[in-house]
Amino acid sequence: MGTSLFYFLAFVALISALGVVFAKNPIHSVLFLILTFFAISGHYLLLNAQFLAAVNIIVYAGAIMVLFLFVIMFLNLNTDTEPHKPALAKVTAAVAGGLLLLVLIAALRNVTPVGADAATFDSQIGMVNRLGLVLYQQYLLPFELASVLFLVAMVGAVMLGKREEGERNF
Amino acid sequence: MDQTIPEVIRTIPLQYYVFFATALFAIGVLGVLTRRNAIIIFMCVELMLNAVNILLAAFSAYRADPNGQVFVFFIMAVAAAEVAVGLGIIVMIYRNVQNTDVNLLDRLKW
Repeated sequence: MGTSLFYFLAFVALISALGVVFAKNPIHSVLFLILTFFAISGHYLLLNAQFLAAVNIIVYAGAIMVLFLFVIMFLNLNTDTEPHKPALAKVTAAVAGGLLLLVLIAALRNVTPVGADAATFDSQIGMVNRLGLVLYQQYLLPFELASVLFLVAMVGAVMLGKREEGERNF
Repeated sequence: MDQTIPEVIRTIPLQYYVFFATALFAIGVLGVLTRRNAIIIFMCVELMLNAVNILLAAFSAYRADPNGQVFVFFIMAVAAAEVAVGLGIIVMIYRNVQNTDVNLLDRLKW
């Protein structure tokens, strides 16, 4: 069951990722990206990482994508107004992306990472309480610094969004 | 401490997760290179970040090491901050040039 679920979720994630790239309408791109995030959350659940699955849904699908959707609707970009790159540039980009995939796959093909070790395996590491203990004991300083980062980002976003004198507005 | 290994970790080699994350990352690169709308390019960057997240979470789960998952959590926190500032910049660009086409912003090119 879990094995076929892995292939199904990987398929959904890759197809909807391609949908993000090839959708004409930006709104459709956002919806495809949300689908990708849900598939990725499914992967986290399969890996027994409940905390990451929940945070992925809340932060990515819930907060970040709503922000994207809000900006797209705010700027009225919900129609296909994007001028397209010349065909040559697109083919070049596709070849470059494909070559990157080829090189990475070729480099990683013969790598055999050490899998799960039955002696030291612990399936509960991804649970909220276990991860919370690690986060608040070993990683307390980075965790608090993340809050400072959020404050800086909030001040930066407000400053960027402020209307300046003499600026051309809508 | 529960030592029963979940079915996915028993049956799927860790390599498959590496390939899956690689494919997702390459799709993100393809999107960044082919699209011209700054918001779509930004979403493709998020896609690449998520490919890395999957890789970290998979290695962490296979090796039973919680540090990898804490790293994923921090990547998500930084991504959230980055999106807030990035979208602020995109809105400001739109205010000035009435467009989000990256090809219009070539004054720093050379």
